[in-house]
Amino acid sequence: MSPEQIAEILKARFGDAVIAADMGAHPQVIVAAGHWPEVARFLRDEPALGFNMLRSITAVDRPAEHVLEALYDLLAMTPPEGAPDGYWTARHAFAVRIRVDRGDPHIPSVAHVWPAADWHEREAYDLLGIVFDGHPDSVEDHDGLHPRRILCPDDWAGHPLRKDYVFPIEYHGIPGTTEYETPNPVH
Amino acid sequence: MARDVLLESVPDLRADLDRESMAAADVRTEEMLVNMGPQHPSTHGVLRLVLRTDGELVLDAVPHIGYLHRCAEKIGENLAPYQFIPKTDRLDYLAAMNNNHVFSLAVERLAGVEVPERARYIRIIMAELNRIASHLVSFGTYGLDMGAFTPFLYAFREREMILDLFEAACGARLTYSYITIGGVTHDLPDGFVERCREFLDYFEPKIDEYNRLLSYNQIFIKRTGCVGVIRPDEAIAWGLTGVCLRASGVRWDLRRCLPYEIYDRFEFEVPVGLPPGGVPPVPAGVPAPKVPAGTCVGDCWNRYFLRMIEMYWSVAIVRQALDGLPAGDYRSKVPRNLKLPEGEVYFEGENPRGQLGFLIVGDGSPIPYRVKARGPSFCNLSIARRICRNCLLADIPAIIGSIDVVMGEVDR
Repeated sequence: MSPEQIAEILKARFGDAVIAADMGAHPQVIVAAGHWPEVARFLRDEPALGFNMLRSITAVDRPAEHVLEALYDLLAMTPPEGAPDGYWTARHAFAVRIRVDRGDPHIPSVAHVWPAADWHEREAYDLLGIVFDGHPDSVEDHDGLHPRRILCPDDWAGHPLRKDYVFPIEYHGIPGTTEYETPNPVH
Repeated sequence: MARDVLLESVPDLRADLDRESMAAADVRTEEMLVNMGPQHPSTHGVLRLVLRTDGELVLDAVPHIGYLHRCAEKIGENLAPYQFIPKTDRLDYLAAMNNNHVFSLAVERLAGVEVPERARYIRIIMAELNRIASHLVSFGTYGLDMGAFTPFLYAFREREMILDLFEAACGARLTYSYITIGGVTHDLPDGFVERCREFLDYFEPKIDEYNRLLSYNQIFIKRTGCVGVIRPDEAIAWGLTGVCLRASGVRWDLRRCLPYEIYDRFEFEVPVGLPPGGVPPVPAGVPAPKVPAGTCVGDCWNRYFLRMIEMYWSVAIVRQALDGLPAGDYRSKVPRNLKLPEGEVYFEGENPRGQLGFLIVGDGSPIPYRVKARGPSFCNLSIARRICRNCLLADIPAIIGSIDVVMGEVDR
């Protein structure tokens, strides 16, 4: 199925929840954060779509637009017909982009749709600070209820992949790098 | 409860225990938290597992990762792509060529760079040789995990020869940075093709030797057969790729299912996990392997064994690539400050451990706006908690070893 058809199906089913479609080199639709779990379940369960594999979640920080993005790369794999030992085929690949306000980034978790999302969402929280509501491995601390950190230590402050992140001067008595004055290059 | 589940799943154990007399004696046990790692020989790097145990039973195993975190993605958005290539070496450091390859392909797709024909063949040769080297480490260390020391020495003896070939080509033995944007950094040295053929002829019969040494060893089968079984639907849902997915019976390999580079020009098969008695496909002229009794599809033994069979096919691919190697340029002219157009690309390639993906966002400048690496080990490891439940303590090294994680890639 072509990306245009997938976008059409989603628009027909969810209407305004599908905000925009981009059919460039990386075909995708932008979905409203609130509708994401139902769209996700539809993407997986609708026989015509059948996106059974979540390949990756990429979070992108766009301070100029005051937006944080999560980009979900999906793949539909189909078992071989007839011959049980044949090759599986790739039916189609598609991506979904969720854009949320950078000041209060909340996206509903889809770990119950694709278990693979569990660690990817923890990583996106850890490195970019997107809070995935309803994540199965959440903890509550002074930052509120959020997925448990995965790569950084649990008591790490801040989210390193944010464009305005400043490396800490010290962490538990371990000195950080202070010789570089510029925090991050500006794009 | 958990004990009942285990006794159901391990019939041998059940036969040894008289459950009624155990219940009559009222054997009480206490739960204990065991911290395994981050410095543990059988966790393959700095992986920490917190195990909740009841005697020998593991009720829950929670992986804690991040001990090797260097935030490679942050470095990626501060460097031009050709400067980031050495960082990709350090993701999956046992398969640096494959990492270079996938990252280069992603950048080439985004920026529209053409690669000369000769470079494409050299890339395939290097990627497949590295796949063999990586599977050899996996084979050797898995033997170590299971208490067999000899296979490790055999594996490293042969791996050394591949490293010598790499050293001849690019000067490095672990972090190559050889495959780069637009081709490879140097042409193949004189005599490389002959040396490579010599190695392949020497190496191919060795795989059967390994099988006789370890794969069909009864103790080894007892330790790994029907342990850590992953169902195919589970494997897909958890985003498993590579050997971990194929061992569950899903015949899926990007080299065949979504061919990239020039993989569609070569003849090769992709083996999958088979029930006892199954015969995986191997090239003509090598002894036919057979799946022994005591194993099942999706278990640790099948994951281990697929790597052995894949080495046969990597040898076959390298042979074909050497035969077809054309003359010509080894690298196209790529400007140092190659501008990345606005837009993004997501590209996945088949690494020894599964599908390595890069998402690169360009903003018109030579430095990418965002580089995301989707490491196969990261996704494969995420199922560990699911399959390490209700198994024996001694099964944990067998399961973690069979997933074959490289922490450099998990933590990035």
